[in-house]
Amino acid sequence: MARYTPPQQSKAGQIFDIAVVVVAIFVALWLPLKLGLAGAAKSIDPLDAKTWDALGQNATMASIWEKLGYTPETAHDVIQNHFHYIIDWPTLIIMAIVLIAYFVFLFRASDKEYREVINEKFDDK
Amino acid sequence: MTAAVETGLTTTIHGDRVSLLRVLGPAHVWALGVGIVLVGEFTGWNFSADKGGALAALIVCWIVGLLYTSVAMIDSEVTSTVAAAGGQYAQAKHIVGPLMAFNVALFLVFAYTMLEVSDAILLGDTIVAKAGVEGLTHNSFIAATIVVLAWLNYRGVLMTLNVNFVITAIAYVSIVILFFSVSPWTQGAVLKLNELVTPGNALPYGWIGVIAAFQFGIWYYLGIEGTTQAAEEVRSPARSLPYGTMAGMITLLIAAAMTWYVCASMMPWEYLGITYYPLWDAGKLSGSPLLENLLFIATLLSALASANGCINDAARAWFSLGRDRYLPSWFSAVHPKYRTPYRSILFLLPIALAFAFIADLNQAITFSILSGVLQYTFMSINIMMFRKKWPLGSIRRGYTHPFHPLPAIVLFCLCMVTFFAIFLGFGSQLIAMTVFYFLISLWFHFYRYKFVRRGDQFSMPWPKPQGY
Repeated sequence: MARYTPPQQSKAGQIFDIAVVVVAIFVALWLPLKLGLAGAAKSIDPLDAKTWDALGQNATMASIWEKLGYTPETAHDVIQNHFHYIIDWPTLIIMAIVLIAYFVFLFRASDKEYREVINEKFDDK
Repeated sequence: MTAAVETGLTTTIHGDRVSLLRVLGPAHVWALGVGIVLVGEFTGWNFSADKGGALAALIVCWIVGLLYTSVAMIDSEVTSTVAAAGGQYAQAKHIVGPLMAFNVALFLVFAYTMLEVSDAILLGDTIVAKAGVEGLTHNSFIAATIVVLAWLNYRGVLMTLNVNFVITAIAYVSIVILFFSVSPWTQGAVLKLNELVTPGNALPYGWIGVIAAFQFGIWYYLGIEGTTQAAEEVRSPARSLPYGTMAGMITLLIAAAMTWYVCASMMPWEYLGITYYPLWDAGKLSGSPLLENLLFIATLLSALASANGCINDAARAWFSLGRDRYLPSWFSAVHPKYRTPYRSILFLLPIALAFAFIADLNQAITFSILSGVLQYTFMSINIMMFRKKWPLGSIRRGYTHPFHPLPAIVLFCLCMVTFFAIFLGFGSQLIAMTVFYFLISLWFHFYRYKFVRRGDQFSMPWPKPQGY
């Protein structure tokens, strides 16, 4: 097999590629934050009576909350802020498809490239 | 003045090729791995209590410990055989192919850079909380942390990891001191586990909460696999890497168990699940000013050690990408005097700074975990391919892990559970990150790969892989 000679990349091309990667990194990490996609899916289940008892805290728990500087009123939003684990099937299916498609592409495309590497490496010998 | 000329692969000084220095021993490998991870005991693991309750945090501590034991076993075998900077990146290049290697390097860079960001935010927030001065923000502390540690990494790997060894050891000892200071053998005096974790609140969300808690359970140990990044800088990779990694894993399992026991016995799970400083809070609640101050300092040191190790690892992964021309070769320069991948260190510095200012701690941790779990999924498949392409006896391995393929299967299954756990609460972020990796993979495969020298991607003195 003929040895593959890659093209020389110009300085401008190198700078452009660096810019592409930087932009991609920022889009991937910053966009979910900007669109509000990042962060936990939690919400507060409010209670009318804001007492340690109503908040489900026994005497030991209440004394620790107070040591930490909380009152039943200020602890209410912490204690009543809950995850609601409802499985959203369409989103779960989309997530599974995206993950599987990604890994399938990754392994198949990698294998194609790997065969070129192996052919060139071992045909040289 | 030194005249340095950079080629695509290395830096040449007066005709001599400059490479990374082989100066590290097993203690440095331990310091790198545990140094990166130990901050997870000081913050992060406790968010698993938020997702599933205090008992869920303990269950995932054990099960995720099993996941990471599998990671450490698998990693030790492959890395003791493929000893090159970039760790899992070099493994992927030799076993799966260039595109996978490119992705693995990005997983590493993202996982470590976001972990570094989390560390810097933690350090800044801890100082601000301790100072209690109105109007004081964490920004200057974050910037100083990232810049000073980048400078330390720029100046040399030996000094960097010597510093890490000392501060990691101090932070670790502080957990042991706290544990024995609160009379762990006696319930009711300081520790009140029975009154805080009751049958009614142990699993507030039931078993779905336990699965959900896997996400932050990862934080107990995330980054231990970073030991492999030092492969090109340890004196004896075949001995130091398995020894340092497994010793690190044992150290962390002990620290995680002590941390959970003390924290779950000292604060209600609702508070434990949201605090940024569970161990420092435990020090405060003990009533001892000495313990409070010790845990405050240890929290800072653990964050420093972790950020320090993360800069080291992320820079080496980025450096490897440049050296193989997966990214512009400009990144592959080694500093002629300090022998460090200085351009990669400097390039990642502003990225870390930027995200430290726009993301909060919880989000930065999630970004890091996502990249970590993608990488562990790769590792479980990678070891199967490694054993298939080069069966035992066909090449010299520095270490052979036992019970194959059980650790790989366990690792793969636990990764699937963790993906589901991330979906429970952070699903949109997972999809967004995966789409990013998909798009950047298309860019690499259809465009960037043309600059890569094919045969040079396989540098190990191994026979042709079976099946090719």
